[in-house]
Amino acid sequence: MRTRLGIGAGGAMMLLPILFIGLFFLFPVGMVVGRGLGGEGLDAVDELMRSSRQRSVLWFTFWQAVVSTVLTIAVALPAAATVGGLSDRGRRVVRALVTVPFVLPTVVVAGAFDELFFATGLDTGAFRLRHTVWAILIAHIFFNYAVVVRVVGTAWAGLDGRQAEAARVLGASRWRAWREVTLPLLRPAISSASAIVFLFSFTSFGAVLILGGPRRATLETEIYRYAVSRTDLTGAAALAVVQLAAVLALVAVSTWLERRRPAPIRMARSTPTLRSRSGRWINTVVAGALLGVPLAVLVERSFSTGTGYGLGHYEALGTRVRQLPAPATTALWNSVHYAVLATALAVLIGVVASVVVVHGRSGWRRLFDLGLTLPLGTSAVTIGFGMLVALDEPPVDFRTRWWIIPVAHALVGVPFVVRTMVPLLRSIDPSIREAAAVLGASRRRVRREIDLVIGARGALVGGGFAFAVSLGEFGATSFLPRRPDDVTAPVALFRLLSTPGDLLRGQAMALAVVLMVLVSVSVFVIESSHGTTEGSL
Amino acid sequence: MKRRSLSLLAVVALTAACGGEDRAGEFGSDPGGTTVTLMTHDSFAISDSVWEAFTAETGVTVELLQVGDAGAMVSEAILTKDAPIADVLFGVDNTFLQRGLDASLFQPYESPNLDRVLDELKLDDENRVTPISFGDVCINYWIDALPGAAVPTTLEDLTDERYAGQLVVQSPETSSPGLAFLLATIVGTDDWEQFWSDLVANDVGIAAGWEDAYYGEFIAGGGERSIVVSYASSPPAEVIFADPPIDVAPTGVLLDSCFRQIEFAGVLAGAANPAGAAALIDFMLTDTFQEDVPLNMFVFPASQSAALPPEFVEHTTVPIAPHIMDPAEIEANRDAWVDRWVEIVLG
Repeated sequence: MRTRLGIGAGGAMMLLPILFIGLFFLFPVGMVVGRGLGGEGLDAVDELMRSSRQRSVLWFTFWQAVVSTVLTIAVALPAAATVGGLSDRGRRVVRALVTVPFVLPTVVVAGAFDELFFATGLDTGAFRLRHTVWAILIAHIFFNYAVVVRVVGTAWAGLDGRQAEAARVLGASRWRAWREVTLPLLRPAISSASAIVFLFSFTSFGAVLILGGPRRATLETEIYRYAVSRTDLTGAAALAVVQLAAVLALVAVSTWLERRRPAPIRMARSTPTLRSRSGRWINTVVAGALLGVPLAVLVERSFSTGTGYGLGHYEALGTRVRQLPAPATTALWNSVHYAVLATALAVLIGVVASVVVVHGRSGWRRLFDLGLTLPLGTSAVTIGFGMLVALDEPPVDFRTRWWIIPVAHALVGVPFVVRTMVPLLRSIDPSIREAAAVLGASRRRVRREIDLVIGARGALVGGGFAFAVSLGEFGATSFLPRRPDDVTAPVALFRLLSTPGDLLRGQAMALAVVLMVLVSVSVFVIESSHGTTEGSL
Repeated sequence: MKRRSLSLLAVVALTAACGGEDRAGEFGSDPGGTTVTLMTHDSFAISDSVWEAFTAETGVTVELLQVGDAGAMVSEAILTKDAPIADVLFGVDNTFLQRGLDASLFQPYESPNLDRVLDELKLDDENRVTPISFGDVCINYWIDALPGAAVPTTLEDLTDERYAGQLVVQSPETSSPGLAFLLATIVGTDDWEQFWSDLVANDVGIAAGWEDAYYGEFIAGGGERSIVVSYASSPPAEVIFADPPIDVAPTGVLLDSCFRQIEFAGVLAGAANPAGAAALIDFMLTDTFQEDVPLNMFVFPASQSAALPPEFVEHTTVPIAPHIMDPAEIEANRDAWVDRWVEIVLG
């Protein structure tokens, strides 16, 4: 290990991700699944999968996730190209803005979509979108757009445009240069982004239930139905096993695809860009329609008070309404606090894990990649219930500690850091490392000064993701026991929307808009904290 | 219904007479200076001053832990049964109650304040749980938007052509008011399967949860339907949280459609502080706590001695004869009924 990793404390470093994922994910999930299955063991899984309902649920879960992924890549790839060609600052602004959907609860987004469907006549009739699989797919593009723009856009910014230019000079058409030169170089980033989008769609909950309508069910909604509505913990555990197995298989396939490495990249001075003006224009329109219009609906509602437009709903955030355990501003503060902790934890674990994934022995490599990605494809019910069941006695009596919430958020944040960092590390031209070694740099110094410097860009983009994910996380948070003062903004928002009355609804909209602004500003600040000019060395 | 409450009352009286003595020992005498942990759902709310009064009175501090909705809370309590995270659980209602009882979640405790509670709310003759509040899931309608300004008065009216496309309900598969309304139709119609077939023919809308039914499809949130499954206490909330202020609720309640949900508290088996837990249950039935309940949680206090806030009373219609069902009957049939509902309505 020591020789491969080239880091003296390699073994000790590796312990960190292992302990983290072992204690806060594998152990809890194992406990809750074990307890749920009870004496029945895997027979319960077998029995469950005999029912035609569950087989069709599994099939639907799978194909909608595949289609969501393909569509998201298709819609967002041009945007990633455009982002790749922007100035550093412009790129950071766009990358920050696209994270907004991450913090919006589905019930709020669904309301905005419904309003759009209604306004455009797509709520009924032959072309209706409401309660169709199309509504689910559109919502998945909406929520996952940022994943592709950020992961692929970051890699794109690091490409050397001279290779594509050389191809053009040698007579290749623009399309051919893109397909045969640029695309292969981007493949690791695209497959990384695809894996995340796939898992997010695979475990999507609100979009399926609310936008898809009552006839649609995925493994995730079925686990919820069994665990919460039916209190059939055996059925829920059996479904959780199916979900875990499916995710494991799919992550293994994607890891295998990613390992087919591309030609090494020279770090760029000029970046290949989407040059055509019309392309950029189309892009802006697509992004504007997809992301901007639903968000504009929310902003409009947040300012709309009973006496015309005003700041009334925003002012109300400071006073506790009876429905909330604390004022909405306290909930916002908690959410930011948790997001900072979750991000720090996710970046720390993610950076260590990425180095192992890229440089570790192949066995460890695959284990780390699988183990750390798994939480992204695991139901919030499994994670929340698992922590509650497993972390119940000393020395790990953590289940009612406040910090278990940011820890749960970090579980979902780590794969983002790994998946943005690994493609960057893999793309480092070995000759750079060799040159450094020839010039007398120790292995350790090579890692520190080449891998970590180049990887830092990925770590920060991944950190931005971790922050956004934490700020908007609702599922696992709602299943973990919270004291009144520990309420998070998404939980408060949901609570405001569960009692009738325009004042409460208005305040919920204001809270959503504040979350949108908070996430954009925070992600921008996080990604600006890196001194090196990105995209070049 | 009445006969059952009478027999219940008799059993309660009997157990009270026999079991009083050894309980005092079990629950200790002075919990002063301790902390008692209350596990409840996310809809729970009470004024800070009420907790301060409890601490001043008993010396006990309350630590509140909130988790998800009532269903998630009961599942979590069952999963953590061997090492409970709290001493008292509040918020299990009659549709979930039997699951908690079957899992032996609670230890019996008979509060001396139980005599203030309306008899028909006492559903457990062993006092493993104590009724704290109740509310009703009812059909609501937006008064100005009803077709032909005709107010529906019976469940069967909803199958009338004039209300075609007007009603939206929540799926009982994923929603607790959705389940309560399904139970209301099972008790309140002659043939509930036919009733739902008729609703389907009348273009009933199905939403996953209360939020997307009320704010997504119902007129209140800009939707197109004028009738929705909500609560008897939704009209007062519409007035109290109106913007701009209004004097008359824009919504009305179809009294024939109501299903009563009673919320209970119970001392968890294995509670670390049983004496504190008992003190908390006693306190939850005092007027201090009970009178704070309506405007915080939009439900009624279980105690007859609690006075209701005027703004709550003014806009609330209390169903006189809501539908109700024995928790054991609900538990025995719920999954089969829901599956049948799915076949009829979604099939």
